[in-house]
Amino acid sequence: MTAPILTFTGVTLSFAGVTAVDDVSFDVGQRELFAIIGPNGAGKTSIFNVLSGVYRPQRGAVTFNGADILGAKPDRIAAMGLARTFQNIELFANLTVLDNLMLGRHNHISYGALSAFVWLGRARRAELTHRAAVEDIVDFLELEQWRMHPVGLLPYGVQKRVELGRALAMQPKLLLLDEPVAGMNQEETEDMARFILDIRDELDVPMIMVEHDMGLVMDLADRIMAVDFGKQIATGTPADVQNDPAVISAYLGEDA
Amino acid sequence: MTAPVRQRRPRQLSGRPGLYTSYAQQLRLLNTRPKLLTVSAIVLLAFVLPWLVADETLSLLGVAMAASIGAIGLNIVTGYAGQVSLGHAFFLAIGAYTASAVSGAPDDDTIGFGVTNVLVWLLAAGLVAAVFGVLVAPLATRLRGLYLAIVTLGLVFLGEHIFAEWQALTGGAGVGRPGPVPVLFGVELNSSGDVLTSDQKLYLLMLASLVVFGLLARNLARSKVGRAFAAIRDRDIAAEVIGVNLTRYKVIAFAVSSFYAGCAGALVYTITGFIEPSSFNLLLSVQYIAMVLIGGVATISGSIMGAFFITLLPALTRQLPTVAPFISEDASSPLNVFQVETVLYGLLIIGFLIFEPRGLYGIWIRIRNYWKAWPFSY
Repeated sequence: MTAPILTFTGVTLSFAGVTAVDDVSFDVGQRELFAIIGPNGAGKTSIFNVLSGVYRPQRGAVTFNGADILGAKPDRIAAMGLARTFQNIELFANLTVLDNLMLGRHNHISYGALSAFVWLGRARRAELTHRAAVEDIVDFLELEQWRMHPVGLLPYGVQKRVELGRALAMQPKLLLLDEPVAGMNQEETEDMARFILDIRDELDVPMIMVEHDMGLVMDLADRIMAVDFGKQIATGTPADVQNDPAVISAYLGEDA
Repeated sequence: MTAPVRQRRPRQLSGRPGLYTSYAQQLRLLNTRPKLLTVSAIVLLAFVLPWLVADETLSLLGVAMAASIGAIGLNIVTGYAGQVSLGHAFFLAIGAYTASAVSGAPDDDTIGFGVTNVLVWLLAAGLVAAVFGVLVAPLATRLRGLYLAIVTLGLVFLGEHIFAEWQALTGGAGVGRPGPVPVLFGVELNSSGDVLTSDQKLYLLMLASLVVFGLLARNLARSKVGRAFAAIRDRDIAAEVIGVNLTRYKVIAFAVSSFYAGCAGALVYTITGFIEPSSFNLLLSVQYIAMVLIGGVATISGSIMGAFFITLLPALTRQLPTVAPFISEDASSPLNVFQVETVLYGLLIIGFLIFEPRGLYGIWIRIRNYWKAWPFSY
């Protein structure tokens, strides 16, 4: 096996008296779909916020694609190829689907403010090239009919898909999905599962997924890490984690 | 076997004139026939107007056009990038004083370098204001919303004090100094010649500037930079996580905005011909906020509509005493036209925020959509 794309070693993050992430370590392989599960408030999203640079942990090391990213600013980490979606949709509600996706390509578009003023030439050429790239994502995620709509007006399930599209537009080397199917009905969940599998198999993008839908997690994930109260309680294949006594007690409580 | 012939896609399909056959067609600024026709008609009309209307009206329209440039500037930082700034009057002042210092007569009481070329002092006014914008921008990376508004408000008060005291530059409170001296390609714009009067020449200068500045701003708005501004306005954390450098884009927003303000200040006082230091007060900033809110937030055409509305409003209120005799024209009596004006700014801002948050631009869009679907109601 080649070197992991991400190693997360001994990270501890606390806010005043609360330790949100307590000495957690894991790594993610080059083509792996790694899932993080745990009860509410276990620290799953905090792990994502450490990865994308929103939170700065007190201790530990995070290496992404061979570089240390701990303490780097979010836009630097994004430029290195780490993309994410959010649990509560964080799209730019006033912009169209296309503009949201084009924003995903922000770091790949290289012209500056002066070329933007002039438009003709550099800026126009770049806009046309990247528009074509974004259309591939529109096609991939079946968003054709929504292209020109402001995302704030779209149904929830479609907004989730647009957010996934915006992350994909960044051409990520690692994709973080924070509850991709939360609040979705059966049909939307199945659609999203299909897209996630397509991303792994066709685009070869490794992923870390936080999700509460256990059926989905057990079906899709290569490996799973379970956390509870900030502590890592089990890591392994779906079958291992499912039968782990610590995981069972975290979800269902101790035997009476 | 022959190589496949690559067929060029037809530029337009017969019978479907509105159908785009390439992204380039869709990305064009005037991408529909009605847009192309109306915009060309308006610009054409504006260029022949000097020969159709009285000089007095022209100078009022010229001020409105110069103010439009300032309103576009405020809309870039506040409407597009979402950074509320009450300090616009300060940047207008910087531009006005830079331009008049660069172009002023060297032997006058106030500082003057005698470089009267419009292109030189306009660029200087914009650049000096932009430098101040860049100095202020770091505040925006630390503060947001009301806090930023209050800090930028502080700029106006600082400016008012400095401009009142720095007599060498401004002539001091109650004295003032002459505005910028415009000479373009050897033609003195502020004196009447054989062909054109000074008002006609200045009007054409304002119109040409507005077309250029408006086009540049529109280009910026539809580019990567404009999208990054909108991202920062809508959700700054998400913007950062997808790779937008917040500090850099806030600095760009303030720099561009104050560049526009500086140029607008220089142009407005070219027409009025006189700068009184106490005119750069909070009311001026509020007028520009009113232009943006009434015209339409985050639209270029809205900024222009708002600027015309606010600039032409006094011309209407001055007529009030003939209709309503209880309103006086005398500034010292209890209910006068100036008070009515100030009250109107407030009422209009409140009214538009409640009833038409998209401003005059929103009203225009609704009229357009109505006629698009006519004779059906939707």
